[in-house]
Amino acid sequence: MKIYSRLKRVLEKGHFAVTAECGPPKGADPKVIRSKGKILKGFVDSVNVTDNQTGVVRLSSLAACVLLKKEGLDPVLQMTTRDRNRIALQSDILGAAALGIRNVLCLSGDHQSFGNQPQAKGVFDIDSVQLIHIFRQMRDTGVILGGDKLSVPPDVFIGAVANPFADPFDFRVVRLGKKTTAGAEFIQTQCIYNLKRFDEWMKKVRDLGLHKKVYILGGITPLKSARMAEYMSNNVAGMDVPDEMIRRMKSVPAGEQRKEGLKIAAETIQALKDIEGVHGIHIMAIEWEEAVPQLVETAGLLPRP
Amino acid sequence: MITAERKPLPEIKEMIAPYRKVLLVGCGSCVAECASGGEKEVGLLASALRIDAKMHGHIIDIKEITLDRQCVYEFIDQLTGIAGQFDAILSLGCGAGVQALADTFPGIIILPALNTTFIGQTKDAGLWIENCRACGDCKLSYFAAVCPITRCAKGLFNGPCGGSQNGKCEVDADVPCAWQLIIERLEKTGRLELLQNIYQPVDWSRQLGKGPRKIHREDQSA
Repeated sequence: MKIYSRLKRVLEKGHFAVTAECGPPKGADPKVIRSKGKILKGFVDSVNVTDNQTGVVRLSSLAACVLLKKEGLDPVLQMTTRDRNRIALQSDILGAAALGIRNVLCLSGDHQSFGNQPQAKGVFDIDSVQLIHIFRQMRDTGVILGGDKLSVPPDVFIGAVANPFADPFDFRVVRLGKKTTAGAEFIQTQCIYNLKRFDEWMKKVRDLGLHKKVYILGGITPLKSARMAEYMSNNVAGMDVPDEMIRRMKSVPAGEQRKEGLKIAAETIQALKDIEGVHGIHIMAIEWEEAVPQLVETAGLLPRP
Repeated sequence: MITAERKPLPEIKEMIAPYRKVLLVGCGSCVAECASGGEKEVGLLASALRIDAKMHGHIIDIKEITLDRQCVYEFIDQLTGIAGQFDAILSLGCGAGVQALADTFPGIIILPALNTTFIGQTKDAGLWIENCRACGDCKLSYFAAVCPITRCAKGLFNGPCGGSQNGKCEVDADVPCAWQLIIERLEKTGRLELLQNIYQPVDWSRQLGKGPRKIHREDQSA
């Protein structure tokens, strides 16, 4: 039986896509993945599994993807170039495709100095743009880097990330263009709290016609508390949480802040639906997967196709 | 130049503890420029070791010499005839100097007094910065003479990553984002179109591929 990427089908049919992130546990426990999968099933089209995010050792992304696949979900395998060289990355995408994984997200990855192995050697043999291109060549021409032929190419839908909030701002859209030219088919963005800046970025995206070449999914991370908003603003690289957002979170009592965070997220989703060229959302509810079903429902995105 | 920093005194003392007669060998080239292994530093280390030995009632005989270049045989040859009079040689050269001594004197114990750190530039008094990783395939012409392999924490050829903020690197707020510098310099020199290029994976075999590299030029051979 042929296996398809649900994400690809949803986007190609013109639906507003919904993906969510699932962080694997710091241990060999498959139950954590399965229970997160059960929470998300039916509420999202596909589920991203992070690849040792922030450089912290966790259960492997590929293993977690296979566990989710068995639960009936459509996983998105996140792969960073931080920990593996071109031999390992090409090998792993073949393995992933053989195991029925149909989506891959290519990233350079958080620098190892942020994680719990700061003495590790960061590999960075290739960068994310090169990884996208290598996977695209493998899939479309059945050839690996260097020209060797594959017996069976990996049938994967290829994604990348974009951060509209990092600097230099004018270059951000150039980089998106490079990723698109390299072969990215879908993009998941950094968490959006500064809608004004996101809107400016999308305008530049449309000016270059990139919204017609690549599906763009806006990143959503519901805030759990005012403290989280402040922490993200001050400590997370490439994150833009405007002061008014922090003030709004602070204006409600601590017990009500989760609710307020969800309300903000739902409002952001509504706004994104109205921006031309945004094809869906990617919800990164960090260790708060239970929030996803409610958020998707509030945003009027049920039932999923 | 090659930069280096002197090892902490306790580590050096531990290394030379078994030996009575020790020759300190400095180098007048790179490590003199970065004030870690020149004649002056050899003198300072020798004094520190002598004082320390005296304070602890140890007997140690330390001699000093500084070669113009510790990585070239013609200069190392100055030690021929005297090297054998010592239990050990403590080198204040870079890693190349230490190993050149070992290569020249197979039967003598050679110990490193420095930690060799990087190829860099003297940016200011007392400030050295790394700017070359000796990749063996210089592409600085594409990157406005700012090396992404060395100066981007992730070595990205198609950067910047999403962690560049206000011109600084996500890894260290004191470090400029190499890609910000590249973009600024390309703009100033009217070559912004180079940013559209998709640079192919680096050929690391030119840096790391088959173990230690060598350059052999017939026209320079004796």
